[in-house]
Amino acid sequence: MTTTAVPVEKAAVDGWRRLSPRMLAVHPVMELRRLIFPLVAVLIGLQNGDGGDGGWWALGIGGIGIALGFLRYFTTSYRITPAHVQVRRGLLRRRTLTVPRDRIRTVDVTSNVLHRIFGLARVTVGTGQTDKKNDGVKLDGLNAADAENLHRELLHRPAVTPAPEEGERKASEETVLASLDPRWIRYGPFTLSGLVAIGVLFGLGSRLVNEGHVDLAKVGYVHDSIDYLRDKPLPVAILLVAAAVIVFTVIASTVGYILTFWNFRLSRHRSGTLHVRRGLLTTRSTTIEERRLRGVELSEPLLLRAVRGARVLAIATGLRVGRGGDRGGSVLLPPAPRAVAVDVAGTVIGDAEPLTVALTRHGPRASVRRFTRAVTMSTILILIVLAFVLVVGAPWWTFWTSPALLPLGLFLAWDRAANLGHALTDDWLVSRHGSLVRRRYVLRTDAVIGWNLTTSVFQRRVGLTTLVATTAGGRQHYSVPDVGDAEALRVARAAVPGLLEQFLA
Amino acid sequence: MVKGVTMTADVVRLRPPMHRVSPRALWYWAARAAMLWIVLLVPQLIWWFADSGRRDLPHLIVAVAWLVLAAVHLVVMPQWRYRVHRWEATDTAVYTQTGWLNQERRIAPISRVQTVDSERGPIEQLFKLANVTVTTASAAGPIKIDGLAVADADQLVADLTTRVGRSTGDAT
Repeated sequence: MTTTAVPVEKAAVDGWRRLSPRMLAVHPVMELRRLIFPLVAVLIGLQNGDGGDGGWWALGIGGIGIALGFLRYFTTSYRITPAHVQVRRGLLRRRTLTVPRDRIRTVDVTSNVLHRIFGLARVTVGTGQTDKKNDGVKLDGLNAADAENLHRELLHRPAVTPAPEEGERKASEETVLASLDPRWIRYGPFTLSGLVAIGVLFGLGSRLVNEGHVDLAKVGYVHDSIDYLRDKPLPVAILLVAAAVIVFTVIASTVGYILTFWNFRLSRHRSGTLHVRRGLLTTRSTTIEERRLRGVELSEPLLLRAVRGARVLAIATGLRVGRGGDRGGSVLLPPAPRAVAVDVAGTVIGDAEPLTVALTRHGPRASVRRFTRAVTMSTILILIVLAFVLVVGAPWWTFWTSPALLPLGLFLAWDRAANLGHALTDDWLVSRHGSLVRRRYVLRTDAVIGWNLTTSVFQRRVGLTTLVATTAGGRQHYSVPDVGDAEALRVARAAVPGLLEQFLA
Repeated sequence: MVKGVTMTADVVRLRPPMHRVSPRALWYWAARAAMLWIVLLVPQLIWWFADSGRRDLPHLIVAVAWLVLAAVHLVVMPQWRYRVHRWEATDTAVYTQTGWLNQERRIAPISRVQTVDSERGPIEQLFKLANVTVTTASAAGPIKIDGLAVADADQLVADLTTRVGRSTGDAT
C-alpha cells in the first residue's frame, strides 16, 4: 500500500499537503453564522441608541476569529506515510499530531451546505483513544475528491481514481445492505427529534431576549397569541398549546428525518468495511472497519415501537455512542420497519439468531422491583407537588391531577418488566431492557473484557444481580439488569469460559 | 440454551476474593468521610452564628441531627466496608469486591489489562496506604483496590506488570 495514489497538491513538500484553498472562502462565512446574535444585538442597540456593548465585544472577538481562521489555512498541513497520519498545526505553538494507521478505526467524511457549494469536505479520523480527549485528527476543508481518496486510503482500500464507469466496478466491490425507502419517512414523526428543534428555538428566543434586549411581548405574533390564549379557560389554553407543540414536533421531526437520512445507504465493502452515507443538505459518510465491530444495538423508542419501527446502531471500538462529533456516527439504519431493522442488524453481524432468539425472562422478583420503583417515584413526585401547593402556593388542581402520575408510572413499570430479558447464543450475548427507549444489545462474547456484578441492598435481599459486561466499544458497558444470582453466574461463565472457574466456591 | 454448564446452580457460587485490605483502611475511610461531613457542617455552623439573634432551637435540632447521622456513618461505614472490600490477583484474572450498601464485584482477565498503576493521595499517605488501579480498554472497566498497605501495593503492581507483560494482543 503506497500513498502515491492520492493526488499530490502543488504545495506539497515531503508529502506534506495543505487543505484546499477554497476553505479561505468558506471559513469567514462559517464564523459569521456564529456572530449572528451579537450582530443582531448591536443593530438593535444602535436603533435604541443604547446598550449592545456586549455585542460589540463579541463582534471584535469574532473578527479576530476570522483572522485566525485565515491563518489556520496557512498553518495546517497533513501527510500520510505508510505507517502514520500526521497533522501539523498551530502558529506560535507548532504541534504535530501523529496517529499510527493501524489504530484508525473509523473515518467520517462530512460536508455541510457551504462545504458542498465549494466542493469541500471535512474528514475526521477516529481512534478509540483520542476520542476521549476529543482531539483526534480532524481535517476541515479538503476538496471532496481528496477527502474521498484519503478515506479510501486510510482504511487500506485500493485507491481508485474517480472514473465515469462507476456502476460496474462498485457492483463487484460493494454490496448494498440497505438504502432509504421513502416510505420510511412516515416513521419520522415518531422519533420526537422535533422536540429538540423546539428546545433549540426556545434557546434562540431566550438569547434574543437576553443579548438583544428584545421584548418578546411586543413582537406582534407572540403578543397576539398570548392575548388569544388569555381569553380562553385554562384547560382549553393548555390543550391549544399542547396541540401546537404536537403539530410542530411532527413537522420538525419529519423534516429532520429527511434532512438527516435522505440518500441513506448502508453497504459492505469487500475489503472489510461498512459504509454509511446519508444526508440531504449536510452529507455524511462514515466508514467502520468490520474487524472493529463488536455488535449491534436495536433501539426502539416507545413511540417508534408503537408503530413497529426500530433503529440500528453499531457497537464498534473507536465509536463512542452519542459523544459530541461522534453523535450519529454509529447509525447503521435510520428509523425503519422493525422487520427491516432486524434483518439489517442480522446481516451486519452475519448471524440472525441473536436478534430473533427468544429471551430468558428475569422473573417476578425483577418485575416487583420495577413496580416498587414506579410507586415510590410517583409518590415522591406527588408529595413534591403537594409541597409546592402548600409552600409556594401553587393552585390546588395541580395536586388533584398529580395522582395521574401513578397509572403512568405503573404502565412504564409494566412495560419495563415485560421488556427485560437476556440470552446467550454461541457467539453473542443478548440483553434487552428499557421502556421509553427499549434497546436490544447484541455483543460478541469475545468482546467482553471484564465483568462487573453489582448488587444493591434491595437486590441482595431478593437474590438479584446486575451483570455488566465491559467492552472497548460503543457504550463501554452493557448490562443485564436484575437477573437471578445463579443465572448471572451461568451467563458470565458460559460467555467467557475459563475466567470465573477459579473464583467459584 | 444452557451451554455446557451443569444445572447445579444452587451450589455453584462466586466466592469472595481471597485477601482483605489493610486494617488501617478503616481509618482512611473514616477520615475521607469525615472530610465530607465537615464540608457539609461548616456552612451550617456559619449560618447558625450569622443568624444568632433569632431562636437557636431549630439550628440546634438540625445540628444534632447532622452530628448523629455523621457519627453513625463514620462508625458503621468503615466497618461495613472492611468486611466487604477484598481483592485477589491470579495468573489469569484480577478480582475485587467493593462497596457497602451497594456492592460490586469486578473481574477482568489479565489478557485484557492495559495499565496498572499505583497512587498515594494525601489522606492515604497519612495512613501509609496506597491504591492500585488496573484499567482495561473499556471506560467502564477500571478495577480499583483501595486501602492497601504500601508494600502490598508495590508487590501487587510488580506481579501484575510481569503477568500483563507476558500476555499478548491489543486487548480490545
